[in-house]
Amino acid sequence: MSDITRSDVAHLARLARLAVTDDELDVFSGQLDAILDTVGRVSEIPDDVPPTSHVAPLTNVLRPDEPAPSLPREAALAGAPEAEEGRFRVPRILGESQ
Amino acid sequence: MTELTRLSAAEIARRVQAREVSSVEVTRAHLARIEAVDGSLNAFLHVDAEGALAAAAAIDEEIAAGTIRGPLAGVPVAVKDNIATADMPTTCASRILEGWRPPYDATVVTRLREAGLVPLGKTNLDEFAMGGSNENSAFGAVRNPWDASRVPGGSSGGSAAATAAGEAPLALGSDTGGSIRQPGAFTGLVGVKPTYGTVSRYGLVAFSSSLDQIGTFGRSVLDAAMLHEVVGGHDPADQTSIAAPLPPVVEAALAGARGDLAGVRVGVVTELSGEGYQPGVLAAFTDAVRVLTDLGAEVVEVSCPSFTAAMPAYYIIAPSEASSNLARFDAMRYGLRVGDDGSHSTDQVMSLTREAGFGPEVKRRIMIGTHALSAGSYDALYGKAQKARTLIVRDFAAAFEDCDVLVSPTVPTTAFPIGDRVDDPVAMYLADLCTIPTNLAGNAGLSVPCGLSADDGMPVGLQVMAPALADDRAYRVAAAYELARDTSSGTPFASTIPDPAVLENA
Repeated sequence: MSDITRSDVAHLARLARLAVTDDELDVFSGQLDAILDTVGRVSEIPDDVPPTSHVAPLTNVLRPDEPAPSLPREAALAGAPEAEEGRFRVPRILGESQ
Repeated sequence: MTELTRLSAAEIARRVQAREVSSVEVTRAHLARIEAVDGSLNAFLHVDAEGALAAAAAIDEEIAAGTIRGPLAGVPVAVKDNIATADMPTTCASRILEGWRPPYDATVVTRLREAGLVPLGKTNLDEFAMGGSNENSAFGAVRNPWDASRVPGGSSGGSAAATAAGEAPLALGSDTGGSIRQPGAFTGLVGVKPTYGTVSRYGLVAFSSSLDQIGTFGRSVLDAAMLHEVVGGHDPADQTSIAAPLPPVVEAALAGARGDLAGVRVGVVTELSGEGYQPGVLAAFTDAVRVLTDLGAEVVEVSCPSFTAAMPAYYIIAPSEASSNLARFDAMRYGLRVGDDGSHSTDQVMSLTREAGFGPEVKRRIMIGTHALSAGSYDALYGKAQKARTLIVRDFAAAFEDCDVLVSPTVPTTAFPIGDRVDDPVAMYLADLCTIPTNLAGNAGLSVPCGLSADDGMPVGLQVMAPALADDRAYRVAAAYELARDTSSGTPFASTIPDPAVLENA
């Protein structure tokens, strides 16, 4: 059925921002293949069934637009790996080649 | 085990509120129990002895002054470590959140505190609640108090082991595909997944948002119901919270304990039985159904043919939602950051961090979800899984026209040995076979112990499923069954949980 190769795993890992190792490519390609073979059984479901994305009996949830205190800046930054001058400090955005 | 750590939560509450014992004494007894057995069980990732004793002392003062905050005031409780606590770390058993302290309490934690319960600490789980054995924790597996060589189930394995071992009388867990009911069954506890949207998820670290539900563990049906009423009910901070009154679950547990199920229609689901089910599990289940008949219930067999598609659909929908939800772990705003040495770009730091911070099962699910949502696979996988979900909802609706509740074994097997399924993700996924349909449909479900399997002496769970917002029906049936079970054996099942002091030698 499905046929997940090492290069498929490498592609998925790149999309998902996972710097997987060579060993992981081997292990995951076999495992993802087995999982997709199992879950691929949903292909037997007829096409004319409407989809269900969630089961909560809710559509739009509205509330009055009233000002309220937000999370204080110090609290929001307290768990950050790096913060500077009251902001999140991030590594450079562009790569060497860009 | 001291007597205090064997008592039901209801009895602890009665004694504390009658000032026969203080909340501080009860809390100390549980902390001592944790000290004695958790070195081998590994149920807790964090214990806040100081905070718990301070909270207990404050409750004792209030009670002395004549104020009782609620029916469970003064009772200790354990909290699964994917539920945010401002005064304790919240790690989701992941390296990526190691040591992280949330800036706020989850609504359920706020409600615990407001009701006078005493949080003892945070319990171990499969990383980000992804797993059925607790072996996917970055901080070590949890042992089953019934047999230290076996898993306690998962993902709420720490909450289950802690409650079974008398480290806490009550615990909160979360159930996305069975993560409360399945460990409840594996450890001989009552484990409840309430109707989707009836317990606030504000402050629950999201795994699969259309399925996740916080629920309760107790050693009795009444205990689980009492905790359910503390944490349940509408919360404006959770957009998926249903603005309906919570079903009267405590009343239903008390009504059930009068032992009469006359007029209750119980459906046995054909598809949740048969091949692949352990003989001892099926035998215990059949005995339990006979007890329900003896209690006056009208038992019929019902077919829900689409349930066979539930496992494949779930293992597409849950990873898809997870791949999106876990995108927030980007090394920028909280948690781990790897490779920020000036030579790597933001994009590279994200990839290095997620590679180092996530365990194998989380990576597998993120990649499966990424695949299922990609342009070439969306229709064949995610789209079809959503259609399967519709059929499962319809099967439940048809079954509940003829039945008040549905029953099945909670899990096809008893707790399996640690290490048995770690290299075979598909075998691991089978542990959720019976519990997944309820999550996909958003209904209520619980597991109540129904004796031991003759195969291996391990506990078996009876799953009781009820329609959305009719959680009380499941409680009534479970409470009636629980009483009949204990009356016929002559011993409360909860008192037969082996004393894991023996684990100290394991």
